[in-house]
Amino acid sequence: MRTWDDGGGTTLDPEEARRFEALADEWWDPHGKFRPLHNFNPARLGYLRGRLVGHFGRDPLARRPLEGLRLVDLGCGGGLVAEPMARLGASVVGCDAVPANVGAAAAHAAQAGLEIDYRHCLAEDLVAAGESFDVVLALEVVEHVADVPLFLHACRRLLRPGGCLVVATINRTAKSLLLAKIGAEYVLGWLPRGTHDWRRFLRPSEIAAHLRREGLTVRDVTGVTYAPLTNEWRLSADTDVNYMLTATAG
Amino acid sequence: MPLQNEHEEVDVLIVGGGMVGLTIAAALGGAGLEVLVVDRSPPPHQTAPAFDGRASAIAYGSRLVLEGIGVWSRMAAEAEPILDIRVSDGDAPFFLHYDHRDLGEAPLGHMVENRVTRRALHDHVSELGTVRLRAPGSVTGFDRAGSRAHALLDDGTRVAASIVIAAEGKRSPTRTAAGIRVTEWTYPQTGIVCTVAHEEPHRGIAHERFLPAGPFAILPIVDADEPDADAAAAPDLPWRHRSSLVWTERNAIAPRILELERPAFDEELRRRFGDFLGAVRSVGPRWSYPLSVLIAERYVDHRLALIGDAAHAIHPIAGQGLNLGLRDVAALAEVLVDAARVGLDIGDLSVLERYQRWRRFDTMTLTMVTDGLNRLFSNDIAPVRLVRDLGLAAVNRMPPLKRLLMRHAMGTLGELPRLARGQPL
Ligand SMILES: Cc1cc2nc3c(=O)[nH]c(=O)nc-3n(C[C@H](O)[C@H](O)[C@H](O)COP(=O)(O)OP(=O)(O)OC[C@H]3O[C@@H](n4cnc5c(N)ncnc54)[C@H](O)[C@@H]3O)c2cc1C
Ligand SMILES: C[S@@+](CC[C@H](N)C(=O)[O-])C[C@H]1O[C@@H](n2cnc3c(N)ncnc32)[C@H](O)[C@@H]1O
Repeated sequence: MRTWDDGGGTTLDPEEARRFEALADEWWDPHGKFRPLHNFNPARLGYLRGRLVGHFGRDPLARRPLEGLRLVDLGCGGGLVAEPMARLGASVVGCDAVPANVGAAAAHAAQAGLEIDYRHCLAEDLVAAGESFDVVLALEVVEHVADVPLFLHACRRLLRPGGCLVVATINRTAKSLLLAKIGAEYVLGWLPRGTHDWRRFLRPSEIAAHLRREGLTVRDVTGVTYAPLTNEWRLSADTDVNYMLTATAG
Repeated sequence: MPLQNEHEEVDVLIVGGGMVGLTIAAALGGAGLEVLVVDRSPPPHQTAPAFDGRASAIAYGSRLVLEGIGVWSRMAAEAEPILDIRVSDGDAPFFLHYDHRDLGEAPLGHMVENRVTRRALHDHVSELGTVRLRAPGSVTGFDRAGSRAHALLDDGTRVAASIVIAAEGKRSPTRTAAGIRVTEWTYPQTGIVCTVAHEEPHRGIAHERFLPAGPFAILPIVDADEPDADAAAAPDLPWRHRSSLVWTERNAIAPRILELERPAFDEELRRRFGDFLGAVRSVGPRWSYPLSVLIAERYVDHRLALIGDAAHAIHPIAGQGLNLGLRDVAALAEVLVDAARVGLDIGDLSVLERYQRWRRFDTMTLTMVTDGLNRLFSNDIAPVRLVRDLGLAAVNRMPPLKRLLMRHAMGTLGELPRLARGQPL
């Protein structure tokens, strides 16, 4: 069915899909399983706003600075990022491998009166459908896909010339094994056990190398760190655990 | 034929346009959010001198908040800097002395009459295109369950907002309707408030005396520029130099003092005030407030945040009620503006909980400290007096501890919101 040359591979890891399927009705429960993600959200949204406003030369004080931009949120889950992007004016497509996630996301957006085009599909399906975007987001998803090079290749194929790709994920360092894996899953109980496979985490340099091979220019890598005293996440120079990376096409 | 009911769409609905409600309206409106304020009393009534005869100590941190919002310049000319605070225990020789030079050049705070603050806030918000005021007006019903909060006003207007802020003061009906419980205790004391005129200038010194019936505070305010109504009747008595008084009395005695004719009232006043500023007399009306402490069990609910006295009303002993409210403003405004800036739903509980986490600790600490101070000082048992006299003297000799207490009084302690650090939102 696909018309582009992906070598017949897939980015879908069925094991991962099953794990997320089981959590689908918890996305918007501020005290549910995704609480850490809600807590994390302001910091990464701040990063997105700053980067996108800068890249597209928008008014930093505008209420809807992303007006007129077409954006895709790959692996959108419940739409925790898709909704804010729509509020900032972007016209948003959200795609996810798990039908229940797409259902939960669509129901929530309808309730909030936001128009978001949610689709149950994989990144490569959007490429096959000939879609293209000014902004491609892949947040907390590369560590869950079956084939990273194929996934990043699809990201690039979806990007229009002059477009902007943002990837957020977890680094593969001793610190991230301790904090993001053992700490979050076993000690603090923030994430269900087995959420992450540490060996699949990617270093910023590894993602950057893939993207350069795809012809993109890496513009920035910023860390996101947790401050236990205030229970808040902040952008920082420390990329040892969580980090965000921006690349542009041209 | 029935009138077509009006429908308003805003970002924020603020119920209660007192000093705290108007300040957050100014902060949010200034940051570009659409705000509707509903208050049950009409604005002219609120700024008339008889509405609120109090003057409030505006701590240094609160001044920064008002500066950041752009309101301070409208009240600065009528703000009296507090250069020194002297705390003493009855007529015991020990006293605690706070001098602003211990901390740098800035004054410890300013005394501003509440009507001045109210007028400055009204003028400011009336010039913002983003803030509208419905006064008199009230909310007759809420529905906060969905993705927007809906309110019905007494004139039939329907309002849809992303968040409702309750700033209705201590008896907040919105808080009660939301089922948020409060912890409340009362003191057997009444606060008598009035203005006094005295012969000598106060030189910017505030006095807090712990008399057996409770604290007696003399707070410096700006000089009057014309004689008051009573001045003609007493040509040989002072009128220019003024202070604001918060005089705590036992409930059993307060009503009798309040009813005294002026000469007898002034006689009682002089017994407590002393003659350190020369001749003294009371000026204008007297007000009284029952003293109680109230803390809401939580400050937020779905699409609802409590702020100011609606969230916490503390004993006025430390003059910190309004200051706490203004720190709420700085924190809530930052949380909401930050959330709106990145596209989050500003009424979502995950957003509002950040405000609650931020404010809860500060409020609880101050409530406990002022309650403790009042209990300790409203007491005339000899050993307790001795201990607290020594305690005050000891604090005075321990600069680090004193600086900590002063920083708290100035409102510059702890992790501060941007506005409270003098930075823009
Ligand atoms: C004796 C005394 C002395 C004090 N001295 C100081 C001091 O020196 N420094 C200091 O910082 N603090 C002081 N305080 C505390 C300070 O006055 C309060 O903390 C402050 O006024 C609280 O402001 P607010 O806006 O939260 O509430 P309020 O001032 O009570 O305002 C509430 C507003 O809501 C409106 N409202 C009420 N119900 C409704 C309704 N149902 N619908 C619509 N509108 C409604 C009212 O009309 C009013 O405008 C003192 C308090 C007392 C009692
Ligand atoms: C950790 S969640 C992140 C959700 C969202 N991006 C966020 O940050 O809030 C990862 C999501 O990626 C989805 N996913 C996993 N593999 C995918 C793939 N190959 N294509 C699309 N979505 C995928 C999962 O179903 C899950 O919803």
